Amino acid sequence: MKSAVVTFPASNCNRDMFDALEKITGQRPHEIWHQDTDVPNVDLIALPGGFSFGDYLRCGAMAARSPAIKAVAAHAERGGNVIGVCNGFQVLTEMGLLPGALMRNRSLKFVCKTVQLKVENENSTFTNAYNQGQVINIPVAHHDGNYFADDETLARIEDNGQVAFRYVNHSGEATKDANPNGSQNNIAGIMNEQGNILGMMPHPERLIEDAQGGTDGRGFFDSIINSLN
Amino acid sequence: MKARVHITLKNGVLDPQGKAIQHALGSLGFDGVDDVRQGKYIELDLSTTDKAAAEANVEEMCKKLLANMVIENYSIEIE
Repeated sequence: MKSAVVTFPASNCNRDMFDALEKITGQRPHEIWHQDTDVPNVDLIALPGGFSFGDYLRCGAMAARSPAIKAVAAHAERGGNVIGVCNGFQVLTEMGLLPGALMRNRSLKFVCKTVQLKVENENSTFTNAYNQGQVINIPVAHHDGNYFADDETLARIEDNGQVAFRYVNHSGEATKDANPNGSQNNIAGIMNEQGNILGMMPHPERLIEDAQGGTDGRGFFDSIINSLN
Repeated sequence: MKARVHITLKNGVLDPQGKAIQHALGSLGFDGVDDVRQGKYIELDLSTTDKAAAEANVEEMCKKLLANMVIENYSIEIE
């Protein structure tokens, strides 16, 4: 799988994403700087976590208007796969490629811990290596991960199976206590209607080898590779 | 001319920062604050002298960048 990672000023998970993709795919990802307008032909473009442009105005707002983003949008328009993790998810909503918005955590606190996620749709490009309903452990680290969409949008993405991951407890129940940020319906990650774009707040790239304390994030990348075969 | 843009959260969008401000006001002894909604204020200096053109231009700016229409409303004053 050919991949690329876009780096913005104040991205800080671009190295993690780069390393995860390189280790899992066996190919060095392309590095795209936010000012680049030419994006190589790849199977996957990843928007990494961080605090692009210092979270000025709104998280992801500046990055979503940067020159490289036009090429990302064109890649997505052609049906190319795009993932956005953490700040990358915020950028995808700001671009309008994913519905809804990510707001300040309900607690107003930065949340940094491992959470449990339930795989809600095992048939997608991004989840097929997991089992339906499987509970995985993935770390979160964010201040603005509180997913909001209006009632109509929320009903639509639920009905379409666009929710990829939901925050749950160890028993797989989407309780209020298991929700780290106040997201509606405990939503941790969503896809677009066509299923080629995914955004999620948790960081699968931080859990791909035993040295990181577990490999639950690996299935996310394996799923994308599976979908290309 | 000057454009003054107020950006506020739409009704129905939870405002945790507003709630925290409300609680802080209460703890300072300011009673009777039923609700707080916080937002942003942006001031723009524009080179045009055409008020209608300025208004249309700033409206585009709001839609494309200054406000996130999923969660926010905006209002514009030009003078």
